[in-house]
Amino acid sequence: MKKEKIIEGLLKFSALVTILTTVGILYVLLSESISFFSEVSIWEFITDKEWTPLFVNKHFGIMPLVMGTLLTTFIAVAVALPIGITIAIYLSEFAPKRFKKIVKPLLEILAAVPTVVYGFFALMVVTPFLQSFIPGMSGFNSLSAGIVMGIMIIPYVSSLSEDALSAVPKSLRNASYGMGATRLQTAFKVMVPAASSGIIVSVILAFSRAIGETMIVAIAAGQQPRLTINPLVPVETITAYIVQVSLGDVAHGTLEYKTIFAAGITLFIFTFILNNISFYIRKKFKEQYD
Amino acid sequence: MENKLEAKNVNVFYGEFQALNNINMKFKENAVTALIGPSGCGKSTFLRLFNRMNDYVDSFRMEGEILVDGNGIYTKDVLVDELRKGIGMVFQKPNPFPKSIFENVAYGLKIQGIKNKAVLKNKVRKALQQAALWDEVKNDLDKSALELSGGQQQRVCIARALAVEPSIILMDEPTSALDPIATAKVEELIHELKKDYTIIIVTHNMQQASRISDYTAFFYMGDLIEHNKTDIIFTNPEHERTQNYITGRFG
Ligand SMILES: Nc1ncnc2c1ncn2[C@@H]1O[C@H](COP(=O)(O)OP(=O)(O)OP(=O)(O)O)[C@@H](O)[C@H]1O
Ligand SMILES: [Mg+2]
Repeated sequence: MKKEKIIEGLLKFSALVTILTTVGILYVLLSESISFFSEVSIWEFITDKEWTPLFVNKHFGIMPLVMGTLLTTFIAVAVALPIGITIAIYLSEFAPKRFKKIVKPLLEILAAVPTVVYGFFALMVVTPFLQSFIPGMSGFNSLSAGIVMGIMIIPYVSSLSEDALSAVPKSLRNASYGMGATRLQTAFKVMVPAASSGIIVSVILAFSRAIGETMIVAIAAGQQPRLTINPLVPVETITAYIVQVSLGDVAHGTLEYKTIFAAGITLFIFTFILNNISFYIRKKFKEQYD
Repeated sequence: MENKLEAKNVNVFYGEFQALNNINMKFKENAVTALIGPSGCGKSTFLRLFNRMNDYVDSFRMEGEILVDGNGIYTKDVLVDELRKGIGMVFQKPNPFPKSIFENVAYGLKIQGIKNKAVLKNKVRKALQQAALWDEVKNDLDKSALELSGGQQQRVCIARALAVEPSIILMDEPTSALDPIATAKVEELIHELKKDYTIIIVTHNMQQASRISDYTAFFYMGDLIEHNKTDIIFTNPEHERTQNYITGRFG
């Protein structure tokens, strides 16, 4: 009995530590941002089209960073979504069980490669390769960073979607085969719709991961905030900016320094919204199968 | 009456384990045949041979021949998908798709390429009427089939199988999850259907077998012990094992 009490106490303690850490981070983010926004209006922050806090002529428009983030993220998801879902459907509906057992963990290695390796891969291999048939492409660009980031997040989509497909009761697959449906018809008319919420959650997670990714974009996409949807020119993402300033010699407590918290809270809002969407979908999904 | 289905010298193995031993059996067209026997004797395995649903079991292996309308269905040139379009199956546990009632029943039709809305509507209604479900659901065909009761779900599955008008229907304990009223409805339906369909039904319910079937086959540990007209099996079986089983002395 006593032992249980101690274990229970430990569990409570670790839960508490986690919550406190989160609250702490949020507190710092918020308080520093509030002091930032007392000097720069939210309106300016959202509407100004330039982000040049480190220059003499300072502008504090977050949009170029948001755009850079969204651009690399969308390229990444555009790569990972079709490939990841195709792999998931292949593994769950077509591949022999043994093949799946080997390939799934192998794919997950993709997500375990240090991101700095991906960053250099994008910069040193993918960009030169793309440059060989896209002339005017700059050495830093969102396209190769996005593509490589897409490769990195493939397993998020493929593994989680495969889990969702495998969680669909076998009896549904049998019912479909029993009607004379082919594997392909069964996959797309029964299995994918039945697993759709899980698949959507996997894609949202991939989005979250891509938005938060730092190293690849910091290395390969450049560090020039630019409001553009051109994937061939250098851009800067929110995360890359935060790294740039954190590593730079900006004095603590200055307005320049506080920009990283304003940028940080913007990032937080994005991932917070995505997490909530996926939480909501997962909850609905649970109800459906109970 | 013709032989619609036939098993010739059929042996079935799951890995090393032999589940069916040299089965020879013919099924008359437009008749109901009940497969009975103790749990694990191979009834479901045998039933699934006719639409090749055992193919998905990795360790499954078969020897012998299964004939549908006189043609072997385990030969290389057989298109399994096409074969199954003519053979409906109803499973032990209701397994409607997480789609609307209408989409469930229309599934097989759409698989067969029927797109015409009016045709679909007609066939769905007819199938639901046959499955004795129409009156209960006609006003909410767009409702998810998962929101129905278990008995209603099973009748959706039956309607789904009937909608494509197969000539053969395989049923694996279709009423084991149903209450007596729903069971009676399904039995009545089977009675109706046999005019046009060849039906094989696995059941553990002896009354059910005697009520609805024309022929009964008794399996025991992978052997076909006895196959005869249902009234003979139930009044004057040849084998003592059969007698013991139907009177509930083992099983
Ligand atoms: N997928 C499988 N893999 C291995 N063995 C199996 C498999 N399916 C069935 N068997 C075995 O084959 C034998 C026959 O099984 P089957 O399901 O056909 O029996 P059944 O007569 O339908 O039983 P029940 O009345 O319980 O449904 C059993 O001994 C079972 O253990
Ligand atoms: Mg069975």
